[in-house]
Amino acid sequence: MLVSSSTASGSRSRIKLGMWLLLAPLCLWLLLLIILPHIELLSFSLSDPDEGGLTLSFYGEFFNEPLYWRTFLRTAIMSILATALTLVIAFPVAFFIAKMIKGRSKGILFAMCLIPFWVSELVRTFGWMILLRESGVISSGLQWLGLADSGVELLYTDATIMLGLVYSAMLFMVVPLVSTLDSLDDSYIEAGYDLGGNNWNIMREIIIPHATPGIVSGCIIVFMLSLGNYLTPVLLGGKDSLWFTEQIYTQFITRFNWEQGSAFGILLLLLSSLIVWLGLKVTGQSFTKTMG
Amino acid sequence: MIPSIKQTSFFYRIYHSYLVLFFLFLAAPLVVVAAFAFNDSLFPSFPWEGFTLSWFFSETGEKIGIFFDSELLESIALSSAIAIVTTLCATLVACTNAFLFERYSFPGKSFLYVLMLLPLVIPGVLLGVSILVFSSSVANYFEDYWFIDLEFLRPGLTLVVIGQFAFITTICTLIISARLRKFDLSLEEAALNLGATPIMAVFTVTLPYLKPALIGAAIVSFLMSFENFNTTFMLVGSDAPLTVAMYERLREGSTPVLNAISVLLMLGSAVLAIINMSMQKKA
Repeated sequence: MLVSSSTASGSRSRIKLGMWLLLAPLCLWLLLLIILPHIELLSFSLSDPDEGGLTLSFYGEFFNEPLYWRTFLRTAIMSILATALTLVIAFPVAFFIAKMIKGRSKGILFAMCLIPFWVSELVRTFGWMILLRESGVISSGLQWLGLADSGVELLYTDATIMLGLVYSAMLFMVVPLVSTLDSLDDSYIEAGYDLGGNNWNIMREIIIPHATPGIVSGCIIVFMLSLGNYLTPVLLGGKDSLWFTEQIYTQFITRFNWEQGSAFGILLLLLSSLIVWLGLKVTGQSFTKTMG
Repeated sequence: MIPSIKQTSFFYRIYHSYLVLFFLFLAAPLVVVAAFAFNDSLFPSFPWEGFTLSWFFSETGEKIGIFFDSELLESIALSSAIAIVTTLCATLVACTNAFLFERYSFPGKSFLYVLMLLPLVIPGVLLGVSILVFSSSVANYFEDYWFIDLEFLRPGLTLVVIGQFAFITTICTLIISARLRKFDLSLEEAALNLGATPIMAVFTVTLPYLKPALIGAAIVSFLMSFENFNTTFMLVGSDAPLTVAMYERLREGSTPVLNAISVLLMLGSAVLAIINMSMQKKA
């Protein structure tokens, strides 16, 4: 704390003043841009536009219309699957960067993981479209090799959406994994082998427990990014991608049914909070530690 | 599994091929986007019709290069303006947040810290629609009761800036706090002993120390704003920033002019990334 040579009470009141001055922008930001908008979203979802007063009809609509709740469930399940896949794919890479190489090459490999994510998500998705579409690079390659007679459409399937989700979230798994694995002392692993452990034992009893904070924060971020993704399902999944953020967009912008859209928004928020809470609970991590 | 513990050569061969595949997977979409910017064809796909720069520099004809495509150029200018304003606001507020969280203790601090982190886990689309709903309600209230038309609260550029600011500030706060935490307070005390006022001490000692983090935060926020789609898409009015304009072109059916602009974006990001990395290295 800043302590000046003036009298103690004077400096204390100055500290108080400074604190209030710093507190003001924070509170305005959080109140006006985060808290009140979400309260308004909630109140919109519960209000009856015709008669006034409260109604649960927009939530009822969600449960009555199979398209809505199926899309919701599908989005949740595919996001969980994408998170698991990203973890499985990223772990060996993060382990290699953190534990198996040192010095310059380590920095270069790590930077190579970061670079694609400095480029806009739109550009990356566009790249996958060029690769995968019927007239695309992979399809042409297959024809050139004689493995296909005509163009192969690889876009617009669930597998394509999954690929896009895993790709766009990869960085957010690799970075926390590398930083937790980096902090694991090699001598623990060596001790494990000295005591007669095999690769599997060491992985399960030393490496994974140590990496748990990184795994949890990676999984939370990847899950949220997948759940909230809009570009990947729409562009790689096409018309039948059935992603919940798309439903929200449709209700708000296309149908101008803000009440229904707000109800969907609140449901998505509930789902994401629930899954994040469960993830933290099961692994015994705290939100502040994991995110900050 | 670590260098001091040897595995079979079979294990290493599998492991290394896996890594090669992984990095190919990372690079593939970017490489094809860049490559087809130079294909002399109307579509970004095979066959390869020869090398051309017309998707950058052609003034007329069916191939209008990016430097002469007024619609895309305008959207770039718009995105830059949005990004600059967002960056200035976000970095400034993030700086005050960092001082608050690192220097003061007060009741409810940890609660506020959790609130401050929340924008990280709110999907961008939701952040967009909640701000849309709230700002429209406020605007309607002013219109109905006070007959004041608050145009800036309707979908449009101001709202885009507000929406992006809402989550970018969190990221900037984390970047600046991380460096402020490492600051040696005795340096500030020395300045005070030498007769500086607390404000002078902060401006002459602490802020210069924070400079790499401030520049890093500014670069990250500029890029995040420039490249943001989800929140922006929910809040745009009639003027389309670059990502929205590109998205609409992409849905209509793309020409390699989109590849050309992607190449420019990659170059821009690369320059900013290099500046950022060298700043962090020096720090």
